[in-house]
Amino acid sequence: MATPLPAPRRRRRIPWTPYLFLAPFLAAFAVFWTWPIVYSLFLSFVNTRRRPWTFDPWFNWGRLLQDTAFWDALGNTLIILAVQVPLMLMVAIALALAFDSDLLRLKGFYRFAFFAPLVLGAVPYSAVFRLIFNVDFGILNYGLTSLGLPPVRWLTETAPAMATIMIALTWRWSGYNAIILLSGLQSIPRVLYEAARIDGAGAWAQLWHITLPLLRPVLLFCFVLSTIGTLQLFTEPFLITVTGPGGATETLVTYLYKQGFRNFNFGYASAIAYAVALIAAGFSLLQIRLVGGRNNG
Amino acid sequence: MRRTRLIQSIALHVVITAGALLFLMPIFWMLLSATKANNVILSLPPTLAFGDALAANWAELADDLPFLRNVFNSVGIAVIYTLVATMVCAMGGYALAKFRFFGRGAVFTLILVALTIPFEVRIIPQYLLIARDMGLTNTWWAIILPGLANALGIFFMRQNMLSVPSELLEAARIDGASEARIFAQVVLPIMQPALAAVGIVLLLFQWNDFLWPLLVLTSREAYTIPVALGTLVGLTRVSWGGIMVGTAIATIPFLIMFLFLQRYFVAGITAGAVKD
Repeated sequence: MATPLPAPRRRRRIPWTPYLFLAPFLAAFAVFWTWPIVYSLFLSFVNTRRRPWTFDPWFNWGRLLQDTAFWDALGNTLIILAVQVPLMLMVAIALALAFDSDLLRLKGFYRFAFFAPLVLGAVPYSAVFRLIFNVDFGILNYGLTSLGLPPVRWLTETAPAMATIMIALTWRWSGYNAIILLSGLQSIPRVLYEAARIDGAGAWAQLWHITLPLLRPVLLFCFVLSTIGTLQLFTEPFLITVTGPGGATETLVTYLYKQGFRNFNFGYASAIAYAVALIAAGFSLLQIRLVGGRNNG
Repeated sequence: MRRTRLIQSIALHVVITAGALLFLMPIFWMLLSATKANNVILSLPPTLAFGDALAANWAELADDLPFLRNVFNSVGIAVIYTLVATMVCAMGGYALAKFRFFGRGAVFTLILVALTIPFEVRIIPQYLLIARDMGLTNTWWAIILPGLANALGIFFMRQNMLSVPSELLEAARIDGASEARIFAQVVLPIMQPALAAVGIVLLLFQWNDFLWPLLVLTSREAYTIPVALGTLVGLTRVSWGGIMVGTAIATIPFLIMFLFLQRYFVAGITAGAVKD
């Protein structure tokens, strides 16, 4: 029974209209979302290492729990998450505050400078970063040595390789988060600041007691989005550091790629994929609990 | 008071200008390197001037890969995908926002749940479906079909469609317009900004997508630009000039679009970010 929303008393009934409008979406959704999500869960319980595939619930999940390569990849991903996401969000908050400030002139130019990275694809910018961070002829090491600092083996030592990935991610995503935070800043009523000023609150007090608390829901959104994004990190470690040196920048999804599409172990790769999804869900819930507090559910 | 404001303003501009130059540097370096001969790129000290090797770099890139064909694939896939997916999302969003029907709540909930599930969960079955069962490896459809149901796209369209006045739709119905015609001639014209926002985000996403095309495009003739460039980046003996020409080709159209269509990019990016 379908009736147009506003006038339920209309005689004209066209029950199939909304279904027809939804049909293309639902067809694609059923084939490329619902089925894969279900089948992937099933595959994670199947031994796909030899034909014929056999149902063996503990085969992949048991291996996952003992696979040090998986835990290393998880560890690397979590390190990037713990260092890069807070760093980037601080940059993004600073940018959003600057763009929201009436002190700033030439906003068009600055907007282009900080927001342009977000149109760059992961492959193009990974290529550029690989060039800039090249140990021997990269401009970054040239800059460091001409300042009298020692060159850094960016792509061939563990900590610098991780730093390279983090810098690249921060460059690419700070502007993106700043746009979201800026839209949050602009929805804070100006009267609050005027009232605070009248009460004698300085700029810092206003930031701490008005801006940041009211920005919390949007900040939480950025946090959750960045966390899920980092857990899905693939192209940057795949291309910039080639997951090296010695697997030092192997992430969950580069590992999934290797298991699924180099070893063609679909069952195990599905288990890894579900592990990523579970970790992402866990983090999202945790962050909503911790940061969200009472005023957003 | 005025003086402190001036000092603050100067300090802000100094810091943010330094930051802006730092952020622009990789893009500038990409454009610069695209014009430099390979031996100039590999030599120190680096030169800050444009070189004269753009044509030579292009020749090298076209020598390594059927790059014109790769550009053609990227454009074709991105354009078809964007048009069809935007329409699919608009139609679905319209149904969810403006009709009351059995199953509406369930469909909407399903879409919200889908939004929270990482793509990787679908990657293996989707690969088996496209590559093994449908035999679509190395075709445009392998890229276009799986992305047609975009959960964020339909969610954004639905939120925007809520603002279409129902009286307008009723009036058109009383005038005897068919449902398809109402959608095409009443709803879509009002929705132009939202369509542009969704379209731009889908276009950008498709243009830059790497992991999925990497899996289902295995022949050089079928590569999209990111996959083509990705195969070059990992090589040990690389033509950096050639790669940088390729990255410039991949990037410049969107940099220009971004200059002129910024507000649509912003609308697409902030979709669903601000709660209301």
